Amino acid sequence: MLKLRFLAHKEFRHILRDPRSLAIVVVMPIMMTFLYGYAISLDVENIMIGVVDYDNTPESRQLIDHFYGSAYFSKPDASPVDGDPERILLSSEAKAVLIIRSGFARALHERSDFSLGMMVDGSDNTVAAAVQNYSSAIVSKFALDQLPVDIEIPGITISTQVLYNPDLKSSHFFVPGLVAIILMMISALLTSITIAREKETGTMEQLLTAPVTPVQIIIGKIAPYIGLALLDGILVLVFAKIIFKVPFVGSYMLLLLFGLVYVSAALSIGILISSLVKTQQVAMMSALVATLLPSVMLSGLIFAIRNMPPVLQGLAHIVPAKYFVTIIRGIMLKGAGLQTLALNGLALLALMGVLMAIAAKKFNTRID
Amino acid sequence: MTERPAVTIDNLSRHFDSFKAVDGISLEVTSGETFGFLGANGAGKTTTIRMLCGLLAPTSGSGTVAGFDIYRQAEEIKKSIGYMSQKFSLYPDLTGKENLSFYGAAYGMNGSSIASRTEELAERLDLHDFIDRPTRSLPVGWRQRLALGVSLLHRPRILFLDEPTSGVDPVFRRKFWKILYELAEEGVTVFVTTHYMDEAEYCGRISIMHQGKIVEVGQPFELIQKHRAENLEELFINLINGREAANAEA
Repeated sequence: MLKLRFLAHKEFRHILRDPRSLAIVVVMPIMMTFLYGYAISLDVENIMIGVVDYDNTPESRQLIDHFYGSAYFSKPDASPVDGDPERILLSSEAKAVLIIRSGFARALHERSDFSLGMMVDGSDNTVAAAVQNYSSAIVSKFALDQLPVDIEIPGITISTQVLYNPDLKSSHFFVPGLVAIILMMISALLTSITIAREKETGTMEQLLTAPVTPVQIIIGKIAPYIGLALLDGILVLVFAKIIFKVPFVGSYMLLLLFGLVYVSAALSIGILISSLVKTQQVAMMSALVATLLPSVMLSGLIFAIRNMPPVLQGLAHIVPAKYFVTIIRGIMLKGAGLQTLALNGLALLALMGVLMAIAAKKFNTRID
Repeated sequence: MTERPAVTIDNLSRHFDSFKAVDGISLEVTSGETFGFLGANGAGKTTTIRMLCGLLAPTSGSGTVAGFDIYRQAEEIKKSIGYMSQKFSLYPDLTGKENLSFYGAAYGMNGSSIASRTEELAERLDLHDFIDRPTRSLPVGWRQRLALGVSLLHRPRILFLDEPTSGVDPVFRRKFWKILYELAEEGVTVFVTTHYMDEAEYCGRISIMHQGKIVEVGQPFELIQKHRAENLEELFINLINGREAANAEA
């Protein structure tokens, strides 16, 4: 126990006395939150859409007002409101045209099925996807508004798309995931550097001639960084709340608990990397490549995993960030509890166990 | 105390790919002996020491340190030895005292014995003036004194020193050897490599290594007589050159 305490204590001293690791711990997460939070924004606002209204009733005009009244859509500068939809798309700057067939008002009152048309310019697929999401959100909200409050609405499945993030803000969706990415990266980076540094300065050689077991060294290395990484997580979350105004609905304690498991997994990855490389430079590069790319691409942060080819889907199962992104989004945006997240939590725990075991096994008490 | 040898090496080899860094050496060092392990750069001295300290796996052959097998009882060996590497290997951002406490804990010492032992070594190695400064800022000689302190902390029975005095001024080298003598008198086996032939003369016995092989072992004075050399330096140069010439002919 004393050995462990000293190992951990020494690590804290290293961090506090080394400006470089301090910078990684404090400056990098803040910088990354800013950069990613603003740069990876899929929010598209003020999309110009034209309208062709064949129904021409107060209800249809109300629907059009709903569209233009939202922040997402605006009127094209110079374009006829009526006419051939495709001509509008071609002749104006409109990215989409809403087509309201006649019979809209009647269908609304009879509560029968009715399908609105939306012709979208697919050349800009981000905008096209946004138009689809936003417009279905607006339509379902409109439909709800038209109905008396106490009535049961059968089959309005469309409304699920706007639950939990009613503003459809992508930052609400991104920033929690970003916490996962940043934690993964910083943790792996820190541990991989700290061991590589000991190899570079020769202190690892000295340490290995002492009767210290690999497990003791690894725990001594991981323990201080767990605290540090969690502190980083809190830092990023505070930023998320202040700057991006991301809501936090769920339990802080639960997130901390899962965070602990996640960070331990990430730190093990760092140890694993450092047992394979010899210099700090290589450790840093390897840690970045090994964590950043898979975590961003295969975690569901940006790209939906279920749309990926089977090979990548399989690969995603061993990316810790995949589970933690789901967990942190669930807790922050939906207030999900332990039961809902149990499966993801268990997967994360298993992954951590496996990673730690491999790291301990790979960590060599010899220097060759 | 015991008559059993501190170190035995039997036909020990270590290859790095096709390069034979250590090529079938055999050696025995008795307890309490000050043994000079000499050889030119790249002769395989450091590789040998690393194998004995459990830092490097041998390719073949066998060996024991303090009676423990170098393959199977590395942990036991580590408790009995002190090691000082060729390269300064204390934490540069920690002070001397912090380094000492850290390694003390790594050897499983408790807080009070670390404190008393630190005080004792500070006195003996004259560390007081700089023990509270980060080791990064210290001149080489002072660093080496600290490194020796670290390797002595847990009272090892065998001390492996890999060029402990390289880059150290003559005054301190003299002092360093005085300490090694005292240790030998206390029964500590000292296994030391050096490039300084005057230091080699202080050793009870020496071996001379060349290209992975031990070419000569014995007491310094005996060896000088046997090879009709003026002094150790001449002996060393003659032996190495003789080997090179033999290699060239073959």
